[in-house]
Amino acid sequence: MTNILIILVALLVVATLVQLLRVGELLSEVKNQDVNKVTEKDNKSQSIIMTIVGILFLVSCVWQYFSWGHLMLPGASSEHGVTIDNLMAFTMTLIIVVFFITHSILFFFIYKYRKADDNDVAFYYPHNNKLELIWTIAPTIVLTAVILYGLSTWDKITNADTSESAIIEVYAKQFNWAARYPGEDNSLGSYDYKLVQGPNALGVNMEDKTSLDDKVTREIHVVVGKPVLLKFRSQDVIHSAYLPHFRVQMNCVPGMITQFAFTPTQTTSEMKDQEGEDFEFVLLCNKICGVAHYNMQMKFIVETQEEYNAWLAGQKTLSEKLLTQN
Amino acid sequence: MSDHHKETFISKYVFCLDHKMIAKQFLITGMIMGIIGMLMSILFRLQLSNPGESFAVLEWFLGDKWAPGGVLDPNMYLSLVTMHGTILVFWVLTAGLTGTFANFLIPLQIGARDMASGFINMLSYWFFFAATIVMLISLFVETGPASAGWTIYPPLSALPEAIPGSGLGQDLWLVGMALFIVSSLLGGLNYIVTILNLRTKGLSMSKLPLTIWAILITAILGVLSFPVLLSAALLLIFDRSFGTSFYLSDIVIGGEALHHTGGSPILFEHLFWFLGHPEVYIILLPALGIVSEVMSVNTRKPIFGYKAMVGAMLVIAFLSFIVWGHHMFITGMDPFLGSVFTFTTLLIAIPSAVKVFNYLTTLWKGSIRFTTPMLFTIGFVSTFITGGLTGLILGDSALDINVHDTYFVVGHFHIVMGLSAIYGMFAGVYHWFPKMYGRMMNKKLGYIHFWVTFISAYGVFFPMHFLGLAGLPRRYYTNSEFPMFDGLSDINEIITFFAILGGLVQLLFVFNFFYSIFKGTKATENPWEANTLEWTTPIERIHGNWPGEIPSVHRWPYDYSKPGAEKDFIPQTEPLKEGETEH
Repeated sequence: MTNILIILVALLVVATLVQLLRVGELLSEVKNQDVNKVTEKDNKSQSIIMTIVGILFLVSCVWQYFSWGHLMLPGASSEHGVTIDNLMAFTMTLIIVVFFITHSILFFFIYKYRKADDNDVAFYYPHNNKLELIWTIAPTIVLTAVILYGLSTWDKITNADTSESAIIEVYAKQFNWAARYPGEDNSLGSYDYKLVQGPNALGVNMEDKTSLDDKVTREIHVVVGKPVLLKFRSQDVIHSAYLPHFRVQMNCVPGMITQFAFTPTQTTSEMKDQEGEDFEFVLLCNKICGVAHYNMQMKFIVETQEEYNAWLAGQKTLSEKLLTQN
Repeated sequence: MSDHHKETFISKYVFCLDHKMIAKQFLITGMIMGIIGMLMSILFRLQLSNPGESFAVLEWFLGDKWAPGGVLDPNMYLSLVTMHGTILVFWVLTAGLTGTFANFLIPLQIGARDMASGFINMLSYWFFFAATIVMLISLFVETGPASAGWTIYPPLSALPEAIPGSGLGQDLWLVGMALFIVSSLLGGLNYIVTILNLRTKGLSMSKLPLTIWAILITAILGVLSFPVLLSAALLLIFDRSFGTSFYLSDIVIGGEALHHTGGSPILFEHLFWFLGHPEVYIILLPALGIVSEVMSVNTRKPIFGYKAMVGAMLVIAFLSFIVWGHHMFITGMDPFLGSVFTFTTLLIAIPSAVKVFNYLTTLWKGSIRFTTPMLFTIGFVSTFITGGLTGLILGDSALDINVHDTYFVVGHFHIVMGLSAIYGMFAGVYHWFPKMYGRMMNKKLGYIHFWVTFISAYGVFFPMHFLGLAGLPRRYYTNSEFPMFDGLSDINEIITFFAILGGLVQLLFVFNFFYSIFKGTKATENPWEANTLEWTTPIERIHGNWPGEIPSVHRWPYDYSKPGAEKDFIPQTEPLKEGETEH
């Protein structure tokens, strides 16, 4: 019944619109005008509306920044993250300036050069090679700066020295994460996806001696100020390990290992003091991976060396977990 | 021309060889798909602003299975997102935009009776039609339509165990896309051949309207890149159905280790984006062409820097083939390769900046007529700037690390590609409607349509940048599982409000369109006082376009307000006067 009513109402709306348009057309026919001809009045009103909407748009951009700025991610909690933030600030300033200048020119021209009695003839101006050369070269110079700055930052991030880094494997599957620590020998044991079964959820090869002291955990703990090298694996589909507070993201791809090296600079408890008690660093999945993609997360904790040692000592090794049960 | 055979309903409206009718077929199919795609976005926006709440409209459209109790099912959410992207990118902004204006404008603006091959042209539409039917059928299969995102990255898109949409829905998606690509290639080859061979006497390439230049470059891009997507899709079909391992390796799913080894999902991403990035320009270039034409007509000025405009399009087209890797900065690719792609990507800003400055200079000292197509053209310049600028952030690999796959990306590409292209398309429809149907579209409704669209589109997509900078990933069914996103619900509500408003006002456009076909005021032969050849054709639209000889061309299309001329426009068919110089 409601459906029929909805359809009836929709039909009525359409019929009303048709009649309104007919009335408008008939009226203008009586006055011997063309209802669809753009008149001087239209040019004036539309250009004024464009100016007002344009200004409101620019004002609303500023308003959005001031009302939502505090929702943005806090400053980076990693060494390389600070360089990304600096590059971001530089690029953002540049594009905001260009955005406001070009839009101001656009809305000004639209207002100023509307057709009117005193602006009936346009200026025939097909080209000006000098001018065009200038605005090819000017963006080229600016872009050169942006590219050089961007590439040097990228180079520093991706070529970080990892010889001293603590290695942690991050393992993704639908729809949770696990971490594997290499243990005393500081070397991760080998694996084979065909060994993934029951408690050996990561498919670690237990015949490999270096696997025995590996530790698999449901949280990631790292030490503040110490470089870490995260190595990513995936069991099923592509996931993406995203640590927004550290400016870290890397895809986890089945069949290959990817990695990201960084150094956290703030502990979780420092961040709690700064951002509020509820604050936690978190690892999210940022590549569509299935029905529970939106809730694939793991706690990521940055702490002091002592806290870290105490936590890690409390975790069972794989040999304790997998071999002693048999 | 048309005297030789009797027109039946079938030959005139269905299996029609006339490029003008085929253009309308593309346009109306595109409009229907556009409405479906837009409706999908409104359905999932409801869930995003009011997660877990019940909406009668969801149950009405999706039924008990996909919206039990009026709450959107998370699998269906992903399907809607996937199909929204697929439909809008390929059906509306590729086929709907290029299919309409390439078919309509090429013969009319170059002075040809029809396309080089009317039959291939007709086939192009019917392959598209078949693709549309297959894609629509996929919406109704039991396991749901494809749901791995419009980029269908395997293994998610390859394994029905990973997500239900990767069952029959994904098969139909791939078949539909294969048909679509055939359509696109048939059309594209025809466009290129026609433009190169059938230009009327005097119409050298340097006198070509920018619309035709844009379409020519678009068609070349499509012909070079779509086959790569076709091969990517074929290999995916092999992996899905015949047990090959092009993209699959070392996978355990549903507690079972699959036999696939040695494949790489990254290979698919390379193949996909080798089409996918040129595709962005396949969408954008026709809009750039339309906008250039409409702006010149309505400012009564020549488009500033014609040669630079053509050059910029050629440079953009060339660069678009060597930037695809910027979609893959964080796939673990060699950092050096990332540097190369950053470099090439950021270079695109240069020709884009040239285009923007040339548009602004075209407006300068113009005598601007505020027709509806002109308003959409202004909207285009605005979105092209706004969306283009955020590209400087996403194209920079170091910055992309943290905004990749967040709402920042969603905001960026919807503004620069989605809005710009759709504004170009609207400008084109309003501008050439008199030539298509011999009547004018209603001016007042056009104004309302533009203003509400312009305001609500920015209302939807501008705030998304803030969501992205807050770290919110795209394609999340809800952000309520993360306390760090709790503050974002206001923004989400604003976005949904504007999405619904912007969606509703498109119905006004549809109404205006169909109303004007039948009841609009009669148009004159050249209502906008434009120079290009299509405005020399009679109001009665005949197969063959010109009743007598095809006119020959003597000048470029942009002689508006030329000093010394009687009127403020000089049609291309007018010979140069004695002593008159070209531009």
